[in-house]
Amino acid sequence: MGLLDKEFSDDNIVISKVDDLLNWARLSSLWQMSFGLACCAIEMMATSASHYDFDRFGVIPRPSPRQADIIIISGTVTLKMATRIKRLYEQMADPKYIISMGSCSNCGGPYWEHGYHVLKGVDRVIPVDVYVPGCPPRPEALLEGLLTLQEKIRNESLVKKSV
Amino acid sequence: MLKTEQMVLNMGPQHPSTHGVLRLELELEGEIIVNVKPHLGYLHRCFEKHCEAMTYPQIIPYVDRLDYLASMNNEMGYAIAVERLLDIKVPERVEYIRVIMAELQRIASHMVAVGTYGIDIGAFTPFLYLFRDRERILTLFEKTCGARLLYNYIWVGGLSHDLPINFVNETRDFLNDFKKTVIEVNNLLSYNKIFIERTANVGVLNVESAINYGITGPNLRASGLKWDIRRNDPYSIYDRFDFEIPVGEGLHGQVGDCWDRYYLRVQEMIQSIRIVEQALDQLPEGEITSALPKRIKPVEGQLYSRVENPKGELGYFIVSKGQLQPFRVKVRPPSFINLSVLGELCKGHLIADVIAILGSIDIVLGEVDR
Ligand code: SF4
Repeated sequence: MGLLDKEFSDDNIVISKVDDLLNWARLSSLWQMSFGLACCAIEMMATSASHYDFDRFGVIPRPSPRQADIIIISGTVTLKMATRIKRLYEQMADPKYIISMGSCSNCGGPYWEHGYHVLKGVDRVIPVDVYVPGCPPRPEALLEGLLTLQEKIRNESLVKKSV
Repeated sequence: MLKTEQMVLNMGPQHPSTHGVLRLELELEGEIIVNVKPHLGYLHRCFEKHCEAMTYPQIIPYVDRLDYLASMNNEMGYAIAVERLLDIKVPERVEYIRVIMAELQRIASHMVAVGTYGIDIGAFTPFLYLFRDRERILTLFEKTCGARLLYNYIWVGGLSHDLPINFVNETRDFLNDFKKTVIEVNNLLSYNKIFIERTANVGVLNVESAINYGITGPNLRASGLKWDIRRNDPYSIYDRFDFEIPVGEGLHGQVGDCWDRYYLRVQEMIQSIRIVEQALDQLPEGEITSALPKRIKPVEGQLYSRVENPKGELGYFIVSKGQLQPFRVKVRPPSFINLSVLGELCKGHLIADVIAILGSIDIVLGEVDR
């Protein structure tokens, strides 16, 4: 609310659409589930650490799925892990979003051809909002993915569409 | 009548302190650990299956992904193994660049180990300090080969690129700065009362059981045995450098406790700085491509070759049938074998100590499950 700070001399009313207000609140505090799978998780850690500072965008790691708004699937999703990821996703409270980080979770990545173990795309078990390509994606790419997600949330609407 | 019952508790696969997707089945008597059973395979990536289908150079990117915190060291071990099969000798400059890269990577790997260990115990600041400096190492790597984490830089018989302009000076700058920060971080964390209370006398590993379990690397040295493959079975040009091998001394508790294992990594970083400095001083001019083979097709045979990784002894057992693809590549991953001792270390401790012990062993799940 930096824009409006100290701008009024009395109590005041701001008129806004419900959509805008809620979306603004949602996109500015996307709490992330701290959940790393493989090599990409190291880049995710680097993104939250000092140099790239994920906190700027309101992304704070939470250890429990119950408190998280987004889950970043960062790494190779094996068949054994796929069912667990689905479970974790179902434990999260709505509204929830998913960023798929890295080729592995996008499509199977370097293990696509010979891997008997890999789930060829995490979107086969859970719905993905943003795909970030790369092996591993640079932290900048992950930040871009987050900004894209924020853009997506900004354009969401609560209004029921009449058919 | 009062009676107690044992409880089984699952830790993981999603848990902030298991360092990846590891599931531990804890059997508890109240808060005391009776037994710990690790369940693996959540990150199984069928490395050996891939090796059956790939040619020798194609395997290098997969080798990177074993221990993704120490890719340079993995590549170096693999390149050395295949070079021994082919009987190649690489140019001097290549050897030096490899050692510089491997030691910088060792520092980076230990930075993550020490930083995340701090988080596990509840100290957040060292993590931020260390990741700030790790970023500079990654920048050096990136300037050299274009990648931050998984490099495909060390090839069989050579390197993919020569060093960039100014690399030597920039590395020296970094080392001079890091010499100060490593002491700063050490003073922040190592002698902190809470940290010592949490780690000293916890998870004591004595030398006999360390040897029996096949523990290698910092964990073995923290138990008091001076065993480092760089010294005891020198590969590459490690015999030309002057460095010390720190061992655990039990400064705040018994020898081989969590504090010792943690502190050993801090000391190893300082030794790695020394090695890199010497290598930079001696770095010869020259070319790097002369030993790159046109086609990699070793004669029939097999060999086991090992190097000292940040986590321990990394061994490659390669069977060649005289084809472009290896018949089999078996990896001896240090993390997997170091993890096997977890159950014994945890017995009788409180549940909160499991995290302290697991963090001090410093595993990487990519290497545990392969
Ligand atoms: S996409 Fe690449 S870096 Fe990411 S988890 Fe897969 S193999 Fe590792």
